[in-house]
Amino acid sequence: MIHASNLTKRYADRTAIDGLNFEVKKGEIVGFLGPNGAGKSTTMKILTGYMPATEGTVTVAGYDVFESPLEVKRSVGYLPETPPVYKEMTVRDYLDFAARLHGVEKQGLRAAIDRAIEQTHLGEVQGRLIGNLSKGYRQRVGLAQALVHNPPVLILDEPTVGLDPKQIIEIRNLIRGLASERTVILSTHILPEVQATCSRVIVINQGRIVAQDSLDRLTARLQQGKTFNLMVRNRSSQALEVLRSIPGIKSVAEAPQASELVTIEVRPEATDIRDQIIETAVKQQMGVLEFFAEKLSLEDVFLQLTTTEETV
Amino acid sequence: MKNIWTIARRDFMAYFTSPLAYILISLLLLITGYMFSQIVFGFIQHMMTYQQFNMGKPVSITEGVIQPLFGSINTILLFIFPMITMRLIAEERKNETLPLILTSPITLMQFILGKFLSSVLLISVMLALTLVYPIVLQVYGNPEWGPIVGGYLGTLLMVSCYLAIGLFFSAMTENQLIAGALTFGASLLFWIINWAAQSVDSTTGAFLNYMSLISHYQTFGTGLIVSSDVFFFLSFIAVGIYLTHQVLDSYRWR
Repeated sequence: MIHASNLTKRYADRTAIDGLNFEVKKGEIVGFLGPNGAGKSTTMKILTGYMPATEGTVTVAGYDVFESPLEVKRSVGYLPETPPVYKEMTVRDYLDFAARLHGVEKQGLRAAIDRAIEQTHLGEVQGRLIGNLSKGYRQRVGLAQALVHNPPVLILDEPTVGLDPKQIIEIRNLIRGLASERTVILSTHILPEVQATCSRVIVINQGRIVAQDSLDRLTARLQQGKTFNLMVRNRSSQALEVLRSIPGIKSVAEAPQASELVTIEVRPEATDIRDQIIETAVKQQMGVLEFFAEKLSLEDVFLQLTTTEETV
Repeated sequence: MKNIWTIARRDFMAYFTSPLAYILISLLLLITGYMFSQIVFGFIQHMMTYQQFNMGKPVSITEGVIQPLFGSINTILLFIFPMITMRLIAEERKNETLPLILTSPITLMQFILGKFLSSVLLISVMLALTLVYPIVLQVYGNPEWGPIVGGYLGTLLMVSCYLAIGLFFSAMTENQLIAGALTFGASLLFWIINWAAQSVDSTTGAFLNYMSLISHYQTFGTGLIVSSDVFFFLSFIAVGIYLTHQVLDSYRWR
């Protein structure tokens, strides 16, 4: 549905994005993940035809963004970082304007607006001036605007920014609900958002793609080997020595921050040796309190990708 | 055309959802109404003096009332119109609504034409309301309608040139006040640019005279519609719109 190759955007003094290649299939929800200033918004602006790229090509729904921008714009719904709302208009009038702008025919206008209002739960404020609405509502109005012409592709730049937790859940559910018939790209620097909504992640840092994969695979790939935490009452160096001698164990270390904690790193190729570790620990009378595998959270994945893998 | 109308309609409505349009219309009617009454009293006094004492020379209603009336309407509009145009594009940039427009399936030119049309529509409404003065003249006198129609057409064309200037400056900045100030300065310059025509050499003088908007307006006031003047105004507008397009287009590339 969306295909970008070698996408580059240079400003006078800096390169915002540098040779991005990615593809988004129909029905996917893809998350652009990256720290602030990574180039997420720039990429989205290029995809929507708002801004031309310096190099590279993008096709959306089969149309080249640079050659047939109007066709692309017809099939894309875009929510920029700041919802593009006119404060002096009512919600309904505004959606009417957005629908007309996107070429919704007169006879379908009413139905299109009603549908967008229903999808974003704006029914009770539809007659109010946008300027009098809270930020959360304005964000939803922005989303309704992106949906009103029923586009096959949705590009949402930080769609849940400024919403309260209940609204965030609603919007996420809404996005997930839309996905079956639509292709969605959303950007965020909030990790749980990706976990909650996306089927695939593209991690961008400093204008480059540092990783793109499904969430599970990305987590798994970065979990080189496994780390177990062992909480014990008695952390004698002799016992640790015995633990180290178990085949397949990479390192055993006393965690400096807690006197009861031992971290054990296992080589990736090692078969599950948890039984052995616990058995040894019990035999050495370490007084096992707790034993648990350390799970790499998305935060860690993110940090690893954006801080340590600078060479990718 | 539909897209242009979509933009124009929203913008035109926006004038009336804020107090702006009402304030400007009131100002225009208040001041021109005051001027109109003074012009008419002056005219009556002049004619009475002429008839009773045979002093001075007779003046037609066109020269005595209609032309000064349009002169005052034009002057007031010169002061008012920057407040109409300054928000046109600057406000969209300030409120960050431009992305909505630029990611909609309409061309930049349609957007600009829509903006321009909305301001022309507002000015037309304002001018239509000043029809009350010719109507008063018609009720109590016998004015020539040629100069009145010509005056309205000329005023609309000349003010449209101002609007094009305003549109251009509104696209230059996201600060409405700066847009308004630049607009006012530039339009004033085009109003008085021929003042120096006498003191420079004849070619430059002719050029300055040609560039002055007011000199192209003069013939309309006599009821004549000269195609070269119409052409000048339309070209002026076209250049303004073209430059606005270039400014906005370059803004996208930055």
